[in-house]
Amino acid sequence: MSAVIDPGHAGHGHAGHDHHHGPAKGLMRWVLTTNHKDIGTMYLWFSFAMFLLGGSMAMVIRAELFQPGLQIVQPEFFNQMTTMHGLIMVFGAVMPAFVGLANWMIPLMIGAPDMALPRMNNFSFWLLPAAFSMLVSTLFMEGGGPNFGWTFYAPLSTTYAPESVTFFIFAIHLMGFSSIMGAINVIATILNLRAPGMTLMKMPLFVWTWLITAFLLIAVMPVLAGVVTMMLMDIHFGTSFFSAAGGGDPVLFQHVFWFFGHPEVYIMILPAFGAVSAIIPAFARKPLFGYTSMVYATASIAFLSFIVWAHHMFTVGIPLTGELFFMYATLLIAVPTGVKVFNWASTMWRGSMTFETPMLFAVAFVILFTIGGFSGLMLAIAPADFQYHDTYFVVAHFHYVLVPGAIFGIFASAYYWLPKWTGHMYDETLGKLHFWMSFIGMNMAFFPMHFVGLAGMPRRIPDYNMMFANFNMVSSIGAFMFGATQLLFLFIVIKCIRGGKAAPAKPWDGAEGLEWTIPSPAPYHTFQTPPDMSGEHEHRKGLAHD
Amino acid sequence: MTEERLTRRLVVRLCLVVVAMFGFGFALVPIYDVMCQAFGINGKTAGVYEGQQAVDEQRQVRVQFLATNAADMVWEFGPQADEVVVHPGDSTQMLFVAYNPTDKPMTAQAIPSVAPSKAAAYFHKTECFCFTQQVLQPGERIEMPVRFIIDRDLPADVRHLTLAYTLFDVTARKPPVAQATLTRAAP
Ligand code: HEM
Ligand SMILES: [Cu+2]
Repeated sequence: MSAVIDPGHAGHGHAGHDHHHGPAKGLMRWVLTTNHKDIGTMYLWFSFAMFLLGGSMAMVIRAELFQPGLQIVQPEFFNQMTTMHGLIMVFGAVMPAFVGLANWMIPLMIGAPDMALPRMNNFSFWLLPAAFSMLVSTLFMEGGGPNFGWTFYAPLSTTYAPESVTFFIFAIHLMGFSSIMGAINVIATILNLRAPGMTLMKMPLFVWTWLITAFLLIAVMPVLAGVVTMMLMDIHFGTSFFSAAGGGDPVLFQHVFWFFGHPEVYIMILPAFGAVSAIIPAFARKPLFGYTSMVYATASIAFLSFIVWAHHMFTVGIPLTGELFFMYATLLIAVPTGVKVFNWASTMWRGSMTFETPMLFAVAFVILFTIGGFSGLMLAIAPADFQYHDTYFVVAHFHYVLVPGAIFGIFASAYYWLPKWTGHMYDETLGKLHFWMSFIGMNMAFFPMHFVGLAGMPRRIPDYNMMFANFNMVSSIGAFMFGATQLLFLFIVIKCIRGGKAAPAKPWDGAEGLEWTIPSPAPYHTFQTPPDMSGEHEHRKGLAHD
Repeated sequence: MTEERLTRRLVVRLCLVVVAMFGFGFALVPIYDVMCQAFGINGKTAGVYEGQQAVDEQRQVRVQFLATNAADMVWEFGPQADEVVVHPGDSTQMLFVAYNPTDKPMTAQAIPSVAPSKAAAYFHKTECFCFTQQVLQPGERIEMPVRFIIDRDLPADVRHLTLAYTLFDVTARKPPVAQATLTRAAP
């Protein structure tokens, strides 16, 4: 980056800007803030709180599954735990973490002073605590919380649902609003607030993947809102969208849900693709291989994600042509995904690599996400899926794409940008310890699930056949290890906020991007006057001469 | 245009997309029904069939009947015969019997489904108790007819198909009193 960039304090000379010096004091700073960094921070902390809450539910699940038989919780409560774990991790931990990263980093990466719609930004954050308080409070209601799985198939979630389902529905509505507003904000920021000369093809990949994610969000979150609205109407207003008795159809629910649900899984992974595409070049000290193909691959993944939803429904009795169509369409996604994996591998090829914590998480991301992709391909083979469907094999699959995929992507990002956020270096030794414990714990927890799944252990059941006992015990030990390690992460982050070696503006020598041109910690206001990017090469040109 | 106006215009457009996608979610409901009917998928049978077909004496198809009560439904409900053998094109009637053992009037709705699902489009009902709701007084027993024609174009590999009814208690939704006066008034 050769352009001379204003390090943030630019606005200070101007009259009328004096009150912008820093954040307001006290609690109201956080309630009323419209500053993208404050809001990003709140999103990240909220997400981490939800990660611990959803994680403790996973600990309950794994404790019960430590041995066959029923020991610790009642089956009814077990079902609430699996449901809430899924909902909280998807909507409370992974999605808000990426929105938090977007808030912090997108303006810094494109040279914008803030998000395009700062007040809406504040509102979309504060909807989340409201939504999740409502959701979690259902656990204490008579009849218990949602117990129908995170996919809430009707009529299980309508006719047979606990009373609290109405609160579940409203919580989903609020989360949906929050995500939609967040997505609109991201799109408006990226399309309208880029620094002069920052063409689309000069944008960092994290910005690109988030732009595409935001479009996915505004396309499918309304469908999710629609499907829960239909549930609400079935429950309270006597319609029968999903009730066969009144001419509706439960299978319809699954179509509408998965029309949202499959793009949703890409919403949870595309931003991680973007982050990893920033981190791997930084620690391989080589520019990203195939920037343009990365952009097109992301776009085609997003497009394909709309036409594969019925791979979750191979066993509901769709016609043969349907099975074939959805099977081939799903297998097709492996092509752009493969392009990405090869690009990351080629970026590392002959690079001068070092393995600081962000890089460790990023490399593990590439390897383990690929394993998850492979099990996805196995599941995508329609005739084989009849055996795998609703077994622990599916659980293994999506945990391999989500834990070392989404979650490791978030960890990698957090370590990579913590110096920029806090102005301190985190403790590298502890970071590495966190990585290895997470890596070992996570593989121990989820790898054996492939085997028990193939052998026929059903998902979402609190008890199981004796023959699965050993693998389940290994899984539980791994899960406890993974869970406990996350407290170490909390400690590392707090330690890094409170002190540590002062971080230079650019702590990683291979790192690229506007965010490294401002001091660490990033001043409260940055890029009040936009940097001029017209001198910069587009990435594809950059590649040619590098 | 200024930056604010650009942003406002973009936001308005994006909101339109959001509204459209919310609508699309609901549009999936009729789209789904139309697709199921058009392709005869999901075992869904169509409404009243009014065509006529020449009988194909050469071919025989076994039609099996199933009757199931949905959860909480207490009626006795079943076909008079487990199966019949028919010729494609021929019109056949089967009677189903329903009995309300409770001491309350109740309304029921039967939902048909055909397996294998690819045969559904070739299974025509000219008359069916599933086209209306049934109201039974306490202790009342009725015979309900279904009259059907198997299409001559039924794929050759289908030699055996199943017509399954699930009977739902819809008393809460369609109170039997109002319904009863309606059905009495009709003839
Ligand atoms: C090559 C890429 C992928 C393929 C071919 C694939 C394929 C599949 C298939 C066929 C299923 C349904 C299995 C069944 O229920 O029987 C499934 C389930 C699932 N996949 Fe993937 N997948 C891929 C990538 C991903 C990614 C990237 C994510 C998320 C980041 C993901 C998350 C999930 C989840 C959450 C489920 C389970 C949903 C549930 O039933 O609770 N998948 N996948
Ligand atoms: Cu999917």
